[in-house]
Amino acid sequence: MAEISETNLPGVGLRHEFVCESGDRIGVITRHSGRRDLLIFDEDDPDTVSESASLTPDEARILADLLGGATLVERFDDLRQHIAGLSIDWLPVSESSKFAGQALGATEMRTRTGVSAIAVLRAGQAIPAPGPDQVLLGGDTVVVVGTADGIDAASHLLCTPES
Amino acid sequence: MLAASPGAADLLVELGGILLVLAVLGRVAGKVGLPAIPLYLLAGLLVGEGGLVELTAARDFIEQGAQIGVILLLLMLGLEYSGDELMSALRQNSRFGALDLGLNFIPGLIAGFWFGWGLNGALLLGGITYISSSGIIAKVLDDLENTGNRETPVVLSILVTEDLVMAFYLPLMAGLLIGGDPWGVGLEIVIAVTAVVVSLVIAVRFSSQISTVLSDRSAEILLLTVIGLTLLVAGLAEHLQASSAVGAFLVGIALSGPVEQHARELLAPLRDLFAALFFVYFGFQIDPRDLPDVLLAATVLAVITALTKFATGWWSAARSGIALAGRIRAGTILIARGEFSIVIAGIAVASGIDETIGPVAAAYVLLLAIGGPLIARVADPLSSNLLARRRAAARVNA
Repeated sequence: MAEISETNLPGVGLRHEFVCESGDRIGVITRHSGRRDLLIFDEDDPDTVSESASLTPDEARILADLLGGATLVERFDDLRQHIAGLSIDWLPVSESSKFAGQALGATEMRTRTGVSAIAVLRAGQAIPAPGPDQVLLGGDTVVVVGTADGIDAASHLLCTPES
Repeated sequence: MLAASPGAADLLVELGGILLVLAVLGRVAGKVGLPAIPLYLLAGLLVGEGGLVELTAARDFIEQGAQIGVILLLLMLGLEYSGDELMSALRQNSRFGALDLGLNFIPGLIAGFWFGWGLNGALLLGGITYISSSGIIAKVLDDLENTGNRETPVVLSILVTEDLVMAFYLPLMAGLLIGGDPWGVGLEIVIAVTAVVVSLVIAVRFSSQISTVLSDRSAEILLLTVIGLTLLVAGLAEHLQASSAVGAFLVGIALSGPVEQHARELLAPLRDLFAALFFVYFGFQIDPRDLPDVLLAATVLAVITALTKFATGWWSAARSGIALAGRIRAGTILIARGEFSIVIAGIAVASGIDETIGPVAAAYVLLLAIGGPLIARVADPLSSNLLARRRAAARVNA
């Protein structure tokens, strides 16, 4: 995480700045009036602002949304694995499994383990939101969502050998 | 319906005419990137005593408007920085402020004695050469988009300490100008300084309470409250033989917190109107025919104090770890003198110390209000060229 430094500009407002991983130095002035200045500092002279844009509070919010939107989605992906005991996992269907060649519905996975299949991966292709009629083949990967215990059970279920 | 006397009609015509002239001048100034203040001053010179046209009907109104203009200028100076900003500038940057005071006050002081104006006149000229124009500097910073630069906090902190020095300087001068026996003057000064300290304490300690009491959702009521309070305190200060300007300034310092920001936005257009009248009125009082005689002296003083201001900015920026280009910018932007030099000059003219003090101050402010921003504008690309050349040299070496 970049270290953000804060400087008071008497009579103007507050300036925050940080150095990006790329070496670019970026800053924002929050004026007492509510306007924001977006600053990009000169590469060779860190004292000099080479580019600046003056934003109204509304425009600043739009810019923040644009910049923040993408990171929010990424964060959400990260968070999903940690939130409220919910887990995602990728489970293989073994060649010897009794469900190889059978419909997904035949596994009764949701009933037995509480785990839902959200996609089937086959030969580098994804089949999203598979229905109960979706046929599983040996070597497929099933992407599942559920509790950690449920996923454990589902993993065994998918690899149950033919009896 | 209001009965319009012929006098009133003349007043409206003259007042409207002069405001329109100021508007045109301001527009021209904006086009060429100059502050409007020196042009307002020139307009005043041309329509006043010994000028091209002489205003008659509007003169009294402009004189009264000018008084309100000074009061609003100082109220806004007090409002410009919060109590916390003043205190932190005092704690962190007092050495820059001390250097600024020493380098820029002393040349004016010496020149004042050289002109033979006595101690009071010399102290007033010292004040005129000392104080930079925060109005002009703020505008130049915005125009050149330099507000975000690293040297800008240094420049601003110097302006904040000047603000603080004014808080003690103005009451001190008010006390000295009343004159009389040393004990009486001493007492006046003690009272004035106490008032300043009390205002500062109020600003720092009770800002949220003041905001709660004064703030009102209605902008109109806040405007009336602040203006009413300021005029009242200014008038009372004048009665107590302190200057009305000092009273207004103290109100500005004491007001802080959220109400401060709101009041600044509300008062800015009003200040612009009356301050313009004040600059015109100051020009009025000066006979343009007196200017050539003092031009040489004023120019020498302007050149010396431009250099001392430059040195102040340069050294302060260097001590703050700013590189060459930033030091040049910090030094040049501080050169501009403007509204507050004219306020002090106005006090000097009103006190009648010497009849040359007005023309000298006018010529001095005209030179540096025009010259300061011009130098800053020239220096800005110059310093970046310097940078580009160094960069190129560095690439060749690498």
